[in-house]
Amino acid sequence: MGSFFIIVILLLALIVSAVVCVQISVLVKAGIALAVTSAILSVIMFRLGAALAAAFELSVCAGLITVIFISAVSMTKIMSKEELAEKRRERNKRFASLPAILIVVFAAALFFFWPHIDATLPFAASAQGDTVQNILWNKRQVDLIGQAVIMLIGVYGVMVFFRESDKE
Amino acid sequence: MPLLFIGVPLAAVLALNLAYKWINEKLALYTAAAVSLFQIGVSAVCIDLSLRGGTIYSLRFIEKLSIDTVSAVVLFTIGLTVFVSLIVSNATLKSGTFNFINMLLMITIGMNGLAMVTDLFSLYVFIEATSAASFVLIGINRGRDELEGAFKYYLMSAIATVLMMTSVALFFYYAGDTSFIGVSSFIAGLNGNYPYGLLTAFILYTAGLLIKSGVVPFHSWVLDTYSPAPAPVSVLLAGIVTKVSGVYAVIRITRNVFLNNAAVCNVLISLGLLSVIMGALAAIGQKDMKRMLAYSSISQIGYIMLGIGSGSALGLAGALFHFFNHSTFKSLLFVDTAAIEMQTGTRDMDKMGGLAQKMPVTGISSLLAFLSTAGIPPLSGFWSKLLIIVALWKVSAPVAVTALAAGILTLSYFLIMQKKVFFGKVPETLENVREAGGGILGAEILLSVINVAAGILFPLALIYMNSIGKI
Amino acid sequence: MSILFASFIIAVILLFTIGVYSLLMTRNLMRILISVEILTKGVTLLLIAIGYVTGRMAAAQAYVITIIVIEVVLLAIATGIILGAYRKNDTLNTGFLNNLKG
Repeated sequence: MGSFFIIVILLLALIVSAVVCVQISVLVKAGIALAVTSAILSVIMFRLGAALAAAFELSVCAGLITVIFISAVSMTKIMSKEELAEKRRERNKRFASLPAILIVVFAAALFFFWPHIDATLPFAASAQGDTVQNILWNKRQVDLIGQAVIMLIGVYGVMVFFRESDKE
Repeated sequence: MPLLFIGVPLAAVLALNLAYKWINEKLALYTAAAVSLFQIGVSAVCIDLSLRGGTIYSLRFIEKLSIDTVSAVVLFTIGLTVFVSLIVSNATLKSGTFNFINMLLMITIGMNGLAMVTDLFSLYVFIEATSAASFVLIGINRGRDELEGAFKYYLMSAIATVLMMTSVALFFYYAGDTSFIGVSSFIAGLNGNYPYGLLTAFILYTAGLLIKSGVVPFHSWVLDTYSPAPAPVSVLLAGIVTKVSGVYAVIRITRNVFLNNAAVCNVLISLGLLSVIMGALAAIGQKDMKRMLAYSSISQIGYIMLGIGSGSALGLAGALFHFFNHSTFKSLLFVDTAAIEMQTGTRDMDKMGGLAQKMPVTGISSLLAFLSTAGIPPLSGFWSKLLIIVALWKVSAPVAVTALAAGILTLSYFLIMQKKVFFGKVPETLENVREAGGGILGAEILLSVINVAAGILFPLALIYMNSIGKI
Repeated sequence: MSILFASFIIAVILLFTIGVYSLLMTRNLMRILISVEILTKGVTLLLIAIGYVTGRMAAAQAYVITIIVIEVVLLAIATGIILGAYRKNDTLNTGFLNNLKG
């Protein structure tokens, strides 16, 4: 049952880092917290046997999104010290209720699910003989076409929006 | 065959971009027009084929892409609306046409794919593709209000996406599969014994789609997104995008996955009725033309939901026809708005008046469009509303009567608009207004003709369907 | 359901709560994107957990990979919109989002 405890600890770490990400008032640090959350999620996925998805999550979410995020934030103006302190105070007042809400939700969910829990072993049912590659390339090609189209659209969108326009 | 609808626009996009240096904007316009006309033609053939012989399957992706009659009608409507939007863009977009045409082609790919998939997850993928292209289209001119509208659309879309993805995950858990056939046979096999998780999945997916359709109570984003967008984009959004990603998906799921489950249908009827009434009431008080039209769209989509919710083939036929009609008359109204905005520089109806003398074609086409919306014979809107109300009558008489009464509300808000804008005295500021230019005029005439023709020729359609043994 | 699966479901619900809370409470445009990202992570976790429990890890991974790719593209477009809005308004506050009400 050792692996079970490891996973629970990882889940806890995941929730904590997500809360930190939301509560922290400096945007750039929030972006880093998001990257940490992604990294923890990636580790969880790896432990569950989803190696390919874990790699994607790590490289894309913890990597690419953080890069996009930080480069976007760096293009906006920096606040002075007083503005920062003011903003932090005001934010903490607004966001103070999160931990309390989380505990309430946690208790409610526990209460709701408790009767349904039985002692079945937390191991996978008979695994299907499929590999991810097989599913992606052979069975769900339509999704791949969709992804390619979305990427094309994304390239265009980024070109349209990120270009510094000289004739505004 | 289905692959054509994805492949042709894709090829056009690639060709336009690879040959960027050698082509000018006119050529790009003609290419896009050719693609949309191609779509109109081929999908009309598909409608005929599917009515006679059943679903058309893709050869390359058996079972993954298919066209049945519902898809064929949707594809036809997509082709038509894209063509109209193209004409409008030629007249109203001063610069950045190349970007617009590219995005237009890409959103066509997204919507076509949407109309042809057979899997819940693939549906999500193509809905996202359509949404992504919409964001770019709304903000393509990078104006202040437009970007605001684009961001709001992104927000609502993201919320709907999360709901739908969670739902797909739950369906995956229970049914082990996400294709329409797989999930529906699983549901059928349960014989009404639904576990809580599955019910949650139903509710989440439907809620996500209703948000995308702009049905009450999830309608708040519709106005803020439709109004600031550039004219050809408004035509596109109102005329087809919201309908395909929202309404068509609801049709697909209700029929193929939920198999016309009674509870789901009741929800659709209630929300549909609510939308019809609220949309109409809200439209009455509006001053900005586009906002009024946006509220009117909410109301009309409510009618389509009523048709789907009735669960019968008649209701579905009415809903499909109203789907097509709404595209024509709503697009026509948005085109008229674009024309008026171009010529008078304002969308505030209080500032207008007496435009019927100055812009006769716009005035007449707007009159025809609103008569069709209100359901006055012999225009097309009359037939589709009739079918829906008859189908509703069999299910629940009070609902049918209410829907009929709401038609009077529709009539009233359009009368107000017509009176304010076209009749009465011409204010001084508008003395020099003339009729709009060629392209827009052409679009107005085209759509008006289709409206009238669809209405007059509808009985012929009934005879045709009789002849191939469908009625 | 097993206790492991139950703990996953609870973690997912908590992530959703965090995401929705942040979405409702924030006044900064970039944070809205962060909230959407957190919500997406919740869905990803849910899918992987379901894949683990039912043994269909391959399909679950395919879904997750597709979702990740799509979401990052959408995020890039949304960031672009925000940047454009920032240049027009000089602020990342959502106060101006009320401009179109009426």
